[in-house]
Amino acid sequence: MSALLASSIVQTVLVGAALLGAISGMLGAFAVLRQQSLLGDALSHAALPGVCLGFLVAGGRDLGSILAGAFFTGALAALVMQVIVRRTTLKTDAALGIVLSVFFAVGVVALTHIQGQGGAASAGLMTFLFGQAAAILRSDLWIMGAGGLAALALVLAFWKEFKLVSFDANFARAQGLPVAWIEGALTVMVAFAIVIGLQLVGVVLMVALLIAPAAAARQWTNALGPMVVLSAALGAVSGALGALISASARGLATGPVVVLIATAFVLISMLAAPRRGLVWQGLAARAMRARISEGRVLTALQGLAQAHGDTAYKAERGMLNTALGAAPHAMRIDALERRGLIQQVTHPPETTPHWELTQAGHEEARALSGNAADKDRNLS
Amino acid sequence: MIDAYFASIPAMILTTGILVGASGALLGSFLVLRGNSMLTDAISHSIVLGIILVWLLTGHLTGPFQILGAAVTGLVTVALSEALARSGLVKMDAAIGLIFPALFATGVILISLNARNVHIDVDTVLLGEIGFVWLHTLTLGGLRVPVAVATLGAVFAVNLAFVLAFWKELKLTTFDAGLAAALGLFPGVLHYAVLTLTSVTAVAAFDAVGAVLFIAFVIVPPATAYLLTRRLWLMVVMAVAFSVLSCVTGYILAVQWNVSIGGMMAAMTGLWFALALLLAPGRGLMSQALRRSSERLDHDCRTLVAHLYTHQNSPDMPEENTRRALTDHLRWPESRARAAILRALDRDLIERRDGLLALRPKGQAVAEGIFARHDRPLMGLD
Repeated sequence: MSALLASSIVQTVLVGAALLGAISGMLGAFAVLRQQSLLGDALSHAALPGVCLGFLVAGGRDLGSILAGAFFTGALAALVMQVIVRRTTLKTDAALGIVLSVFFAVGVVALTHIQGQGGAASAGLMTFLFGQAAAILRSDLWIMGAGGLAALALVLAFWKEFKLVSFDANFARAQGLPVAWIEGALTVMVAFAIVIGLQLVGVVLMVALLIAPAAAARQWTNALGPMVVLSAALGAVSGALGALISASARGLATGPVVVLIATAFVLISMLAAPRRGLVWQGLAARAMRARISEGRVLTALQGLAQAHGDTAYKAERGMLNTALGAAPHAMRIDALERRGLIQQVTHPPETTPHWELTQAGHEEARALSGNAADKDRNLS
Repeated sequence: MIDAYFASIPAMILTTGILVGASGALLGSFLVLRGNSMLTDAISHSIVLGIILVWLLTGHLTGPFQILGAAVTGLVTVALSEALARSGLVKMDAAIGLIFPALFATGVILISLNARNVHIDVDTVLLGEIGFVWLHTLTLGGLRVPVAVATLGAVFAVNLAFVLAFWKELKLTTFDAGLAAALGLFPGVLHYAVLTLTSVTAVAAFDAVGAVLFIAFVIVPPATAYLLTRRLWLMVVMAVAFSVLSCVTGYILAVQWNVSIGGMMAAMTGLWFALALLLAPGRGLMSQALRRSSERLDHDCRTLVAHLYTHQNSPDMPEENTRRALTDHLRWPESRARAAILRALDRDLIERRDGLLALRPKGQAVAEGIFARHDRPLMGLD
C-alpha cells in the first residue's frame, strides 16, 4: 500500500480525484439547496456530446478542448431547458427528461461516429461514461487547480448573493438583486462542477458526486458556510478513496466506486447526525413519548386527588389503569418515583402498593394541566 | 413470407425499436402528464442492479420471471425515494438523485466484477445493442423469432391492454387525482401500476437500447405529441406514431452514417420534438413569435390612432399628425413607424389627407373607444 502511495502516478490521481471531488462538493451544495439536483443529472448527460465535440475539434484527447466542449453543450442544454419550461406547458421534469435523453443520444451517435473512424485515442472517450481517475495526467492538475480556484473565488466574491438567492429568491428580488443573473451564475457553476468532475465519475453518475456530499453535509449543520466546507471535504475524501480503490482493482471504473463511498457518507450522516439524524430523531421521539405518558400518570393522580378532595389520595395500580384507560408501563412509574414526583406508600389494611403525588408532583401536575383543574371545579 | 420477415435482420431491428418506442410512449404519455418524467430516469438506471442480481441468483438473463424480478428494483427505487423525501432529511429531487445512482453504481460494479461470466458489457448497459438482437432467437410456433422481439411484443400487448382497459381511470387520475380518490378509484394503485409496467418495459428493452436511451423513448414522443394536441387519445396515438417515425428514420440514418442505431433512433425523437417546439400551430415558438409581433403591431396601431385623435383639430396638428412626429416625439425607429402606419392604412383606420395623417371614421371610433374605456373607471372613482 505504501509503495502504491509513493508512486507519482498514484499521487497525481489522488490529488486530482480529491480536487475534483472538492470542487463538485462545494458547488453541489448550492444545487441541493436550490432543489436543482436533477438539473445536475440532465446537464451531466448533456455533457457527452460536448466531450465528443471537443475530441473532434481538437483531433485527439485534449482535456482543455474536451472540457470546453462539455461546458458548451451543458450550457446549451440548460438554455433549451429554460425555453421548454418558459415557452411551453410542459413541466420541468419533462424538460429535464427530454434534454437528458436527447443530448445523451446525440452524444452516443457522436461517440460511435468517432469510434467508427478508428484511432487508438478514441478508446479513451469511453472512460468519460463511467469515469477513470487513472486517466488523469499531471498536466491536467493545472487545469483543474485553476478551475477550482476560479470557482472558489466566484463563490467567495458572491457569497452573500448566492446565499440569499438559494434560500429566499423572492426576498432577494424584492431587495433589488439581479436574481435572474445570480441564478444563471449558479446554474453555470453547476455545469462547471459537472465538467470538472467528468473525468472522475463520468457523465452517467456525475449527479451523485454533485448531490451526495452536499446531502450528507446538510445533515450535520444548519449553516451554509460549514455545509459548503464539509461538502467539499466529503467530496474530496470520496474522490480520493474511490480513485485509490478503483486503481488497485483491475477493470473497475472509478465513478461507481466514488458514488458508493459518497452514498455511504450520506447513509452514515442520515443515521448519526445530531438532531436531524434518524437515530437521534428516534431517541428524541422515545424520550418525548415517555414524557407524555409520565405526564398522563401525574395528571391522573391529580384528578383522583381532586375528585376525592384529598391531596394525599393514594391510588393503587388498578385505579390508575382505569383512570388512564390503559396500563402505564412500570418503567414510567419507576421513572416518576426516581424524579421524586410520586412516592409508593402502603394503605392498610390493603397490601397492594399504592402511589400518591409528592409536593413536587402536585406542582408538576398543575403545570401540566394548566388551569384545567380550576375549570372542572367551577363546572361541578 | 412470415419466415422471410422474421429472418430479415433489418426488419427485426426495426421491429424491436418500434416495439420499444410504442410500449414506452403508451406509458410515457401518462408519466409526462402527471409530472413524473424523471422517475423514468431513476427506474431505467436502477433496473441494471435488478438484472445483474437476477442473473447472480438464477444464472439467466431472459425469461418472464427474470424480467419481473429485475423490474422490482425499479419499484424499490421509487418507493425508497419517496420514503426518503417523506423523512424530511432531503427534498424529493435530491432523494431521487441519491437513490438511483447508488443502485446503478452497485449494479455496474457487480457487472464489472463478474465481467468474465455475464454477457453484459458495462458500456452496453448504457447504450444497448439493438444491432445484435437477431443473434438470440427462440422457436415460437415453428418460427425462429428473436427473443427481444418476442419479449417486447408481449410487453407491448400487456401495456396496450392495460391502457385500453383502464383508459377512463387513467384519464381521471392523471388530470384530477383528488376526484379519482373521492370516486374510489385508488389513484395511488394506478400510479404504481404505471410505474410497474414502466419498469417491466425498461427491463425488456434493456438489451436493445440500454438504460439511458430508454428514457428518450418514454418521455420525448409523448412530450412532442403534447405540444401538438390537447386531446388525450390523440396525444397517445401521436406519441406512438412519433416513436415509430423516430425508429424508422433513425435506423435509416444510422445505417447510412455507420453510427449507433439505438442512439440515432433516440436522437430522432429529439428532432421531432425540436420541430414541434418550433413549428407547432398556435403553441410553437414560431407562432408565439409571430403572434407577439402581430400584437405589438396592433398596439402600435392603437397608439398611432390615439396620438392622431388627441392632436386632431388642435393648433399643433400640422406638426403632430405626421410620420415625423412618430420618430421624433414617440422616439419610434423609422421601421416601426412605417409598419404601424401601413397596418393602420390597411385596416382603413387612417388615410393620408393634405400631407398629414388623418383618422378615417373607423379609426375615429377606435380612438373614442380607447379614451372612453379610460374615462369610465375615473368617473367611477369620483
